[in-house]
Amino acid sequence: MKLEPELLPALKDLLYRMADDALILGHRHSEWTGLGPILEEDIAFSSIAQDKLGHAYALYQLLHELGEPEPDRVAFFRDAPEFRCCHLVEYPNGGYDFSLMRHFLFDVAEQWRYYLLEQSRYEPLAQLARKVRGEIKYHVFHATQWVVQLGARGTEESHRRLQQALETAFPLALGIFEPSDYEEVLAHSGIFPGEQVLQQRWLEGIAPILKQATLKMPDLSDVVPAYGGRRGIHTPYLQPLLDEMGEVIRSEPDAEW
Amino acid sequence: MVTVEDIWQKLSTVYDPEIPGLSITDMGIVADVQLDATAGEVVVKITPTFVGCPATALICSEIEQRLLQLPLRRVQVEVTYDPPWTTNRLSEKAREVLRRFGIAPPPVYEGPEFPLELLQAKVPCPYCGGTDTVLQSPFGPTLCRAIYYCNTCRQAFEHFKPV
Repeated sequence: MKLEPELLPALKDLLYRMADDALILGHRHSEWTGLGPILEEDIAFSSIAQDKLGHAYALYQLLHELGEPEPDRVAFFRDAPEFRCCHLVEYPNGGYDFSLMRHFLFDVAEQWRYYLLEQSRYEPLAQLARKVRGEIKYHVFHATQWVVQLGARGTEESHRRLQQALETAFPLALGIFEPSDYEEVLAHSGIFPGEQVLQQRWLEGIAPILKQATLKMPDLSDVVPAYGGRRGIHTPYLQPLLDEMGEVIRSEPDAEW
Repeated sequence: MVTVEDIWQKLSTVYDPEIPGLSITDMGIVADVQLDATAGEVVVKITPTFVGCPATALICSEIEQRLLQLPLRRVQVEVTYDPPWTTNRLSEKAREVLRRFGIAPPPVYEGPEFPLELLQAKVPCPYCGGTDTVLQSPFGPTLCRAIYYCNTCRQAFEHFKPV
């Protein structure tokens, strides 16, 4: 499709944010493979990881069509300052409580993001959004079930630990919606309505589920959002993850697999 | 000269590497075939089941190899998400193959996306046909399967989940 050249940096920035989030969270989820608290959860986190890597690949492929290097190149050969992911996805898995809460907060946002993108004027992204709809529905379904189960129908300990995880993850999750320099361009061009719109939808989306889980949502005015990730300023956790993820391919960049 | 029917016939001999006997045409993942018979060139578009399906690359290369058995000069296989693949694209034959393989086929649904209630529905057990079944996990051994338990014959089974 024809795209005005001045829209290109805005579109690329959006795609990098989404792709890097999916890649890094996919990698974190994959760290549960073999370690899940029960077999079904091991399989669930591993499957969601695989979906996320698929989404990252598809988004890097769109970037490649817009002139960026090949997907493997951008996934494995960039260092932390070149990544545009939010801090939420970088944090180590911690316990199952934090991993589950992060998965829930992230996927409700992701579901809304893709839902808004179904109307995007950038047709390749709109097509991808319509495609992943069915997949993310399972991610949200999975996260919601467990948040409600452990929040409202578990033990005093499971409730307390989920509440703690929510308080830890909430400011990080607000970092998903860190505004970029391109908010107006993206909104006016009909590519994406913007992070503020998304954050509002997200808040409306998580509130009834947290209520059902008998968890208390932190007061927005008391919380400082963890910004920086979208501008390449990251937590100390990202670079070691990238070193590990790219270790094999970096050792022999031209090998045929 | 190669005809479109020849192409489709060949495509029906390419199988999903994860489910024996399930052809890609019965799965509904072939989205489009554009044949230029005079030039001997064909473009096949496939719409993958899941974006992260690890079988996609293998299926693409098998399509290419299979079609090159025909007198064609050039075969191009492209991945598209338009139209998006949904389980409604599975043919009746595909559903029968799944059942025989021990995987409960997905229900056909109306509208652009499946309602979540379908997941909680009583999926008939592929072994005994019983409907006293319960969802154990929406994720299974491959991205496209969920795990259920049948209270009648008391065993777990897989369900090709609706998307």
